[in-house]
Amino acid sequence: MNMSASGKRSWNWSLWTGFLFALAGFFSYTFFAQFPLTRDFPWANLLLFAIGGILLLLGLFRAFGKPKVYRGKILGPILAVLGICMFGFFSYVFFYVLRQVPASTGAPRVGQKAPEFTLSDQDGKDVSLHDLTSKSKAVALIFYRGFW
Amino acid sequence: MRSFQQRVQELESRGIQVVAISVDPPDINRRQRQKLGYTYTFLSDPKAEVIRRYDVLHPGAGPKGTDIARPAEFLVDSSGTIRWVNLTENIAVRARPQQVLEAFEEGKQTVPQ
Repeated sequence: MNMSASGKRSWNWSLWTGFLFALAGFFSYTFFAQFPLTRDFPWANLLLFAIGGILLLLGLFRAFGKPKVYRGKILGPILAVLGICMFGFFSYVFFYVLRQVPASTGAPRVGQKAPEFTLSDQDGKDVSLHDLTSKSKAVALIFYRGFW
Repeated sequence: MRSFQQRVQELESRGIQVVAISVDPPDINRRQRQKLGYTYTFLSDPKAEVIRRYDVLHPGAGPKGTDIARPAEFLVDSSGTIRWVNLTENIAVRARPQQVLEAFEEGKQTVPQ
């Protein structure tokens, strides 16, 4: 295949846009995590991956089905494999790694007394659960991972 | 955490105090709280004693395999009784202020005394 022949073939845009959608799906979770709907289940990311997948597939069909019209016989499979890897890694993290949470079967249940405690607040001042509950109608205790 | 800050006034106006607990030391809590503009209380449990007492320890999940808290939320009423518990199955999915407000309102109805 000589240079002039390859130069005449059209740019396989759907391969590249498909790959960009996959990239967006991979990297955009921190953005979508700001909204409860797209944080609790990664709808937006999966949608981006789906669009990316369709475009990549279309690009592959063009590259291999009409190789005289479209480019991408080499790059197409590479981008597609990268896209699949990103989707696989994203799914692995979201649906497996992030779900490795201890069962906490011994956590206090509704109706039980909350275990009393005294801890230092952000100013180093001791605060007990009793201090907190005696000053308000209810206390929302939010345990979080820390190490920001 | 951010979502609770966004609705902290609404929560506090109903008498619900928001308290965050982690293994982070007080100075980190003070700095982060200031930096991120949080106004509710941050408690420090560096040895994870209270975290263990509530069975919300995530062993080895912190940097260099340190023990940290898993995300978990409890609503405790003024008598010290647990009214609502949220133990997520996904680290990325945390309780929302709306859930706490709803649990609080429900609790008011079911506990007349």
